[in-house]
Amino acid sequence: MEPLRISACTVTSALGLGRGAHFDALCGERSGLRPQTIENCALQTYVGQVAGLETPLAGELARWDCRNNRLSQLALAQDDFRSAVEGCRTRLGGARIGVFIGTSTSGVQQTELAYRTRDRAANRLPDWFEHRYTQNIFSAADFVRLSLALEGPTLAISTACSSSAKVFASARRAMAAGYCDAAVVGGVDSLCLTTLYGFNSLQLVSSEPCRPADVARNGISIGEAAGFALLESGAGELMLLGYGESSDAFHMSAPDPEGRGACAAMRAALRRAGLAPHQVDYINLHGTATPANDLAEDRAVREVFGADIPQSSTKGWTGHALGAAGILEAAITLICIAEGLLPRSLNTRAKDPVIEGNVLLASRRARVNRALSNSFGFGGSNCSLVFGGAA
Amino acid sequence: MSAAFVEGVGLIAPGLPSWHEAQPTLTGAARYVTAPLAPFQSQLLPANERRRAPLGVRLALRAAEDAATASGIAPAALASVFASSDADIEMIHRISLALAEPARGVSPTDFHNSVHNAASGYWSIGTGARGASTAVSAYDFNLAAGLREALALLSTDDTDVLLVLYDVPPPPPLYAKRPVSHAAAVALVLARARTERSLARLSLCDAASELGMDDPGLEALRLANPATRALPLLRMLAARRSDIVGVRACNERCIGIQVEAL
Repeated sequence: MEPLRISACTVTSALGLGRGAHFDALCGERSGLRPQTIENCALQTYVGQVAGLETPLAGELARWDCRNNRLSQLALAQDDFRSAVEGCRTRLGGARIGVFIGTSTSGVQQTELAYRTRDRAANRLPDWFEHRYTQNIFSAADFVRLSLALEGPTLAISTACSSSAKVFASARRAMAAGYCDAAVVGGVDSLCLTTLYGFNSLQLVSSEPCRPADVARNGISIGEAAGFALLESGAGELMLLGYGESSDAFHMSAPDPEGRGACAAMRAALRRAGLAPHQVDYINLHGTATPANDLAEDRAVREVFGADIPQSSTKGWTGHALGAAGILEAAITLICIAEGLLPRSLNTRAKDPVIEGNVLLASRRARVNRALSNSFGFGGSNCSLVFGGAA
Repeated sequence: MSAAFVEGVGLIAPGLPSWHEAQPTLTGAARYVTAPLAPFQSQLLPANERRRAPLGVRLALRAAEDAATASGIAPAALASVFASSDADIEMIHRISLALAEPARGVSPTDFHNSVHNAASGYWSIGTGARGASTAVSAYDFNLAAGLREALALLSTDDTDVLLVLYDVPPPPPLYAKRPVSHAAAVALVLARARTERSLARLSLCDAASELGMDDPGLEALRLANPATRALPLLRMLAARRSDIVGVRACNERCIGIQVEAL
């Protein structure tokens, strides 16, 4: 495919606000995971929480107020992202810029709160609760469109933990089909009891900071994040080179142990990028730190790339940001390309001997020309993205 | 801009039990009489998944199966787009109820069924489809947004595409906040090349306003669910008419679906 230029990118997670904070935390090996202190949550677990989300949205955005949209608003204010979009809007017009946003739970925390404070006798939710502007999946995308004053095609993609990787594929297709000339892509998911207790019910949540690829790994740490990228046609310093999507056709909440769907997604991404496996310098793994995911992904990566390619999961830093994992890890991958960094797999103390891939146990500086990022989700939804720097 | 050929249609809504049975009603040859959905079950799913699949998933799969069967294209060969405002919103209701109690006993099955792409996942398990599958939401504007995604997928990734629109009513107390009053699903199989089965050629164009249904009962049904916003398009397909169907997109705009009957 014709590569797309990533003319602006920003990310906010437990590591801090913006790309610089992420680069510093990666270099300083500072994890954002902390013991959870969430209201009404009794689970013993670590989370990657974003600070500074206490202020409600005001003015015309007031009815959109929820943790998820507050997080988007905070993230949009970093890295001069707004001014990059404004410049693009001046050149192309707001109707020619699409908005493609991934989320898994949107503003469902409002729904949890509304149910907790409902009038039980009348079976009535409180008047302040706005389903359309908070809980509804489309709220995550429509809010970003409104906040950036754009009028192009707007879509929320919600395929669990691959959501905000797949936005790159949808945006690239919409641009190729002529529905828009540029696109804001991104993702946002925020901490809520639905995902904490939901993943806990499936026995997938660790009681300690998650340990991807570790022999003693025992589940995920949930994180929250928002990130955005501006995609435009033409060449640039950072590029989307390819994408690949596939379905496992295996199980609703467990990966195919053979990793066939993951293989298909990585191969499709390489094919679109016109690259051979040896031309990729680094893989940012999905690496959730569940026993099943890390094993299946290792098998798939070895099948496509062999065992030697440098690879790591960065979830030991950020936690698993679920529907925002795709954009968070795309942004980290772009930082690795721009800065020449191969980040280690944080919290991996003893690598699982069954995992044969070259999981990085120490970070190092090295030129990264091209890198692949994996995102896999419930329902067997897989997406791989290939990014590159200026040749 | 991309164009696609409609190879198969699936429909399930109150009083419109299947595409085959609905066509005389949609064209005005028969009167519309609303009726509760008859019990139904997807034929595709393995027993375990069949037992666990919630209503929205079963509706989506039922419409998808009908459309795929009519198209003659193997389901596993189709990429897919599942467009729903809230998917199986009853799962969020049940989880929110559980989280409001001290024990916070969330059911693992409810949780995995609560993901917006549950229908996409069950479809791929049931059919063995291993290609790209996307689950999207655009609130009430899923026809415009879903069709755009499907057409872009078809032209850019060079694949035939299944588009499924579905939504189900939320239980109270959530119903008061999102009054989707009827369950419904609509499916279209869209192909790159014309065949002897092609009903129409679809492409997108501009339109100034939204097209409604003449029959008051069908017009009420159109507005009762994001999926049935496709009824004016289905009427055009049933009547083998060529015209532009204006549909609402987000931010108060309309887009047109150019239908050329074949």
